[in-house]
Amino acid sequence: MTLSRFVTKSAFRNKRRSLLTVLSITFSLLLLTLMMTIWHTFYIDKGSAESAQRLITRHRVSLTESMPSYYREKIRATPGVVAVAPTNWFGGIYKDAKPENFFAQFGTDPEEILKVYTDFKIPADQLLAWQRDRAGVIVDNDLAQKFGWKLGDRIVLQGTIYPVDLELTIRGIYTASVPTQSVYFNQTYVEEAVSFAKGKAGTFDILTDSPQSVSTVASAVDNMFRNSPEPTKTESEKAFQLTFINSIGNVKAFILSICFAVVFATLLVSATTMAMSIRERTREVAVLKTLGFTRQSILQLYIGEAVLVALIGGALGCLLALGLVSALRQAPGMVLFLSGLKVTVSTLLFAIVVAGMVGLLSAILPAYHAAKLNIVEGLRYIG
Amino acid sequence: MAIPISYNIRNLKLRKGLTIMTALGIALTVTTAVFLMALLAGLQKAFMTSGDPVNVLVMRKGSTAELSGGFDASLFPTLKTLPGIAKDSQGEPLASGEWVVVVVLPRKDGTGEVNVSVRGLMPAGLTLRPNAKLVEGRWFTPGQREVVVGHSIHNRFSGANLGDTLDFAKGQWKVVGVFDSGGTAYDSEIWGDVNQIAADFDRQGAYASVYLRATDPVAADALKHRVSDDQRLKLEGTLETEYYEKQTSSGGAIKYIGEFVAVIMAIGSSFAAMNTMYAAVAYRSREIATLRIIGFSRPSILTSFVIEALLLSLLGALVGIVLILPFNGMSTGIGNSLTFSETVFSLHLTWEIALVAVAFAMIMGLLGGVAPAWHAARQDILTSLRA
Repeated sequence: MTLSRFVTKSAFRNKRRSLLTVLSITFSLLLLTLMMTIWHTFYIDKGSAESAQRLITRHRVSLTESMPSYYREKIRATPGVVAVAPTNWFGGIYKDAKPENFFAQFGTDPEEILKVYTDFKIPADQLLAWQRDRAGVIVDNDLAQKFGWKLGDRIVLQGTIYPVDLELTIRGIYTASVPTQSVYFNQTYVEEAVSFAKGKAGTFDILTDSPQSVSTVASAVDNMFRNSPEPTKTESEKAFQLTFINSIGNVKAFILSICFAVVFATLLVSATTMAMSIRERTREVAVLKTLGFTRQSILQLYIGEAVLVALIGGALGCLLALGLVSALRQAPGMVLFLSGLKVTVSTLLFAIVVAGMVGLLSAILPAYHAAKLNIVEGLRYIG
Repeated sequence: MAIPISYNIRNLKLRKGLTIMTALGIALTVTTAVFLMALLAGLQKAFMTSGDPVNVLVMRKGSTAELSGGFDASLFPTLKTLPGIAKDSQGEPLASGEWVVVVVLPRKDGTGEVNVSVRGLMPAGLTLRPNAKLVEGRWFTPGQREVVVGHSIHNRFSGANLGDTLDFAKGQWKVVGVFDSGGTAYDSEIWGDVNQIAADFDRQGAYASVYLRATDPVAADALKHRVSDDQRLKLEGTLETEYYEKQTSSGGAIKYIGEFVAVIMAIGSSFAAMNTMYAAVAYRSREIATLRIIGFSRPSILTSFVIEALLLSLLGALVGIVLILPFNGMSTGIGNSLTFSETVFSLHLTWEIALVAVAFAMIMGLLGGVAPAWHAARQDILTSLRA
């Protein structure tokens, strides 16, 4: 019998206990993988290649202040800018104020917005139809499926920020690489209805010619308006999105503390199992020693056993997490900021390594005691 | 006949290491659940206590928050003369036209920038919010670029001390006072003169909201309907309490994520508890057989082991609640989807939460304990004695 076979055999000598331990670790690791996936998506993921070339300009004071529309042409003249389109948060109510009916609504310029968002795919005839209809709207594919919208349907957005109810006709359905939960309509509609909306823009979305020019364009734009009455703040699309995540609260501390609790709980579970299992085998250890097994190989045996159980639990946890995330992505009415969740290989590897480390740590103390055991006392042990 | 509980307690004491580790596992799960519940309770408390039942908030019809568009200032005199409004010592009606704007300030601990609400109000606005009390300095002077900062702002942001200047909109603002409104949403605001704020943000000639203080709650309700029903005004009145009640929905994300995390952790802990209880049964199979011979019935053995599992989880719950105590009252901020800015609230541990936590742990104990106890009760006496 080889050493690895011995480890496997003894890891599952008490099937029920090993199964329960594996399951317990599985659920903890599932949570850990999910939390790390959220962390990765928020703080590490750089976004798509297109996203890395985009910038968002807002009013320096805050997102709720607007800038004059003429800034757009000045921004366009900045070297490195390929396209620039204004977007205005409408914040209207669709059907009722329930959270599940909430989605982002932007007033924009139909001629240019898709030149900025080059990763939005829409049939050419639909785009043309939208550009021709001042009361037209294009909607995200996922959103269209959720509400059962078809081309030609009419939707009404009841204004809260602007005193106007928009009656829009769906002219196009676009798909984006990451679900956007958004609709875009012609801002002219709002400007014609509401006098105070005229000549104003909430944000300018900019496409630059390369990821390298992003930082130079950002500082060039902000410098241009530094001493004007409405100074700006320009940041990458990713950084802009991060400000929203930061505004939810201290997400980093939240995720970290959950991860810490989960890892510690897993450690406890694994350590309890190993302590029980090694104590049970006190006499066996003495026999092994009598047969000539060294302290070191006994230490290796037990640590290997714990690591094996933890790794199986970890791998199952990762699998469950993969399944859950893909289920979450398809769930309708997904919270906007979670729709981009993606489990990466590095996250999975990290989770497995954590599981292995937990197994290792949990076994060190009981295995050390076993290895140190006095043979005669061990043989006398009656449990 | 039932087996005395002291038997279970002694057994738990006998294998101290195992008991402590399992209880600690349950405790961690309880701690996480309690932490999330206390967060929500704190948030609820901040919003529920924010509104004053006699204050009526008037906004443009269709507006959901004070940030939205606003209405013409010429309507203000009409609102002021409505019946049912309380008068100050000079006989002036307590009505305040206001603006709320959002500015970005850097956090004191260097963890980034946060949106903060700045409220411009009339002097009457201070009188109709008697809960807001000055802690340091004085109130702002109308016509000056002066602000007073809420207690939470003072604690969380640099440059928000008495005598400091805050830089936002078109220049600098002198901090002349700090106020405390008893942990309500106002503590996360900066207050200044409405005309100064409107001028800086190009919003002259209009108000985002008007606050009216009614003489009593009944008058407040009448006032609210009077404003909303007047077709010429195109305005809507809301009780201030109702307005803040709506904002508790900001905690929605915490609630869903919290429930999810707690359930997953609980499943993991239940498996661990089951393991411990199975081990407890296995160690004692001879003992159980002896108990049966003495005459204890199968149901009493079943009950006894379930009780032992429940004791174990109770211990876990107690440890879990104790672990959270140092964090009670700790404050944190949450983004408010309605006002686009951060509201600070404190972790609020209540008796209800503690009870829910104990029940939650008991469920884990029950899930983990029933199968092993069943196993114990079903053991064959002779085989067990020979083991």
